[in-house]
Amino acid sequence: MAILHTVNKSPFEKNSLETCLRIAIEGSSVLFIEDGVYGAMDGTSLNGKVSDASNRLHFYVLGPDLKARGLSEGEVMDCIEVIDYEGFVDLVVKHDATHACL
Amino acid sequence: MEDIPEKYEGGTVKKFMFLNRRAPHGTVYAQESLEVVLIGAAFEQDVSIVFLDDGVYQIRKGQDTSAIGTKNFSKTFRALEMYDVDKLYVEKESMEARGMTVDDLNVPVEMKTCEEIGRLMEEQDVILSF
Repeated sequence: MAILHTVNKSPFEKNSLETCLRIAIEGSSVLFIEDGVYGAMDGTSLNGKVSDASNRLHFYVLGPDLKARGLSEGEVMDCIEVIDYEGFVDLVVKHDATHACL
Repeated sequence: MEDIPEKYEGGTVKKFMFLNRRAPHGTVYAQESLEVVLIGAAFEQDVSIVFLDDGVYQIRKGQDTSAIGTKNFSKTFRALEMYDVDKLYVEKESMEARGMTVDDLNVPVEMKTCEEIGRLMEEQDVILSF
């Protein structure tokens, strides 16, 4: 059973991302939305944790939330796929359950 | 009777420092801080703003909120100079942790270390953290 974990808090302010990385089992997905998208950016002090986890988890980030915050798709880590709202719906449908990590 | 300079009419000028610590669009803190900054400026107070922690994201260049349906208030920071609010600081440590440089920002700022910011705080009459 594959779970979709959504992270909507900045990883610099809350530990939601780290908790998700800890509890997400192999083959699960993590989607960065809202203030969570800062965790998808390349060149931050958190890159190591995300790239290590990318061997066992799928990572996605919501494009409209990047754009709102002045972050370009080119600045997203290579191991993370940028998706739009329709892609978000597809992910929800594709997984057995969604965990909104607030 | 003592002459009161016109600029002090109606009250004294205090040094107000705003500590902006939150990312801009996920919560309302950043926008509320900006509202209070503008009120302080309207009352001709001595206002300075420090962007630290996720607050540095508030003044990131190129924000476009059209796809999330909220107000893009990042442009208002560029208008602060017209209200004589020109003391804007960013914390060096917060910028570095987020892989950012002053070239990523949409307003002129002065980069300060955490220690320098601590010293600036000691000069203030009022400190408000958002």
